[in-house]
Amino acid sequence: MATTEQQSMRGGAACLALIKRDLTLAFRSPGQIVNPMAFFLMVASLFPLGIAPDRDVLSQLAPGIIWIGALLSVLMSLDSLFKSDQDDGSLDQLLMSPHPLPLLVLAKVFSHWLTSGFCLTIMAPLLAIMLHLPADAILPLFVTLLLGTPVLSLAGAIGAALTVRIQRGGVLLTLLSLPLYIPVLIFATGAVNAAAESLPWNGHLLWLSVFLLLGLCLAPLAAAGALRVINE
Amino acid sequence: MMKWTFFHKLGSPKWFYDISGKWLPWLQITSLLSLVVALIWGLAFTPPDYLQGNSYRIIFIHVPASFLAQAIYMMMATAAAVLLIWRIKLADMALKVMAPIGASFCILSLATGAIWGQPTWGTWWVWDARLTSMLILLFLYIGIIALRGAIQTSEVAAKACAILSLVGVVNIPIIKYSVNWWNTLHQGATLKLTEKPSMAPEMLWPLLLSILGFYLFFTLVMFLRLRVEILSREKKTRWVKALVGE
Repeated sequence: MATTEQQSMRGGAACLALIKRDLTLAFRSPGQIVNPMAFFLMVASLFPLGIAPDRDVLSQLAPGIIWIGALLSVLMSLDSLFKSDQDDGSLDQLLMSPHPLPLLVLAKVFSHWLTSGFCLTIMAPLLAIMLHLPADAILPLFVTLLLGTPVLSLAGAIGAALTVRIQRGGVLLTLLSLPLYIPVLIFATGAVNAAAESLPWNGHLLWLSVFLLLGLCLAPLAAAGALRVINE
Repeated sequence: MMKWTFFHKLGSPKWFYDISGKWLPWLQITSLLSLVVALIWGLAFTPPDYLQGNSYRIIFIHVPASFLAQAIYMMMATAAAVLLIWRIKLADMALKVMAPIGASFCILSLATGAIWGQPTWGTWWVWDARLTSMLILLFLYIGIIALRGAIQTSEVAAKACAILSLVGVVNIPIIKYSVNWWNTLHQGATLKLTEKPSMAPEMLWPLLLSILGFYLFFTLVMFLRLRVEILSREKKTRWVKALVGE
């Protein structure tokens, strides 16, 4: 009993160390954090320029614009989730470590989310105001992003793991990940749109929570399996 | 000991090549016969629909193609599980050859649906639940084909595609229900195993025959592709060299 307890504690400590390492690396090259946010801002500002700067049109489109921007921006940052570790050999260390690989993958996904999805979530209310989203819908937008962006990181980790050995795998990663993102997009924008029309939106939130729980349970297993297969 | 030998036999490419060779003529005859009979029956001899006139006749292609597009994905997922659990080479070959066939049926289903939608709904395409989930199914097929093409080592590609197919299976019901609640115009399922069909029997019988014909045709095409795949992968073995007379 004691040994398994010790091992699980060591697994937790390993996760913390991994998160700390990834965050340190991210803060040492701030572009990794700032670039997805700048990308998010630019994609969102393309829509008023491309469609119409009209207030009514924009306030209708805003939930979709912000969510698609966040989705693409997470997708862009996913490419480096395992690739830099693959390049410098630290991924091999993770694969050989005695700790359960899904747990380590979960730690990596968490630090990825902190540096991408979480930052986008914090930034979203600003874009919501720029795009004239009704004030009632800003809180729902924030909450859906808070629940939904971790799912994007989790589901994208599977695609990132499968394409880790492929040169210029960015387009392929997009192809593999987008089908997984569609349900999240549907329910998240559904919630925001419902809130904008002052309808109840907690049903959509429950579904997003379901996706988050499913992703937390299954995606690390699939991504860890993919990493093992690819690096056999 | 149990007789597990049949299981290993099932996974042997040579055994499959021999047995499928014997099946081929039968598959050719039955699939051709059932498709020709079903399509002529359906297109020429069934009465026109009271509401849609003659335009409904595309059902005899649309419905079987849609059935197959979904069934092939489930078959691929089964092959993926077999590959990951028992490491049977033949399962990977099946996974590889089924993906383009499934994608083709998916495109056929979408195209016939668009052609049918134009006279009945007045539009080629709507963002309806069923159309959207079929489109996403096509994306899943394209992803699997693209992943296979991008990975050089065939053993790694095999397992990577297997994992992706299984992930897609988890996703399919989620997609299905999410788009179902999102938007719906397409009619509900007409054929259900548990209920009496809501179709007139003179339309139902050619439809069922057409579905059978499509399944037989799919089996035929899959066998043909699988046999070529077996020969190209096993080209260094003695039996293939003997077969091609080297």
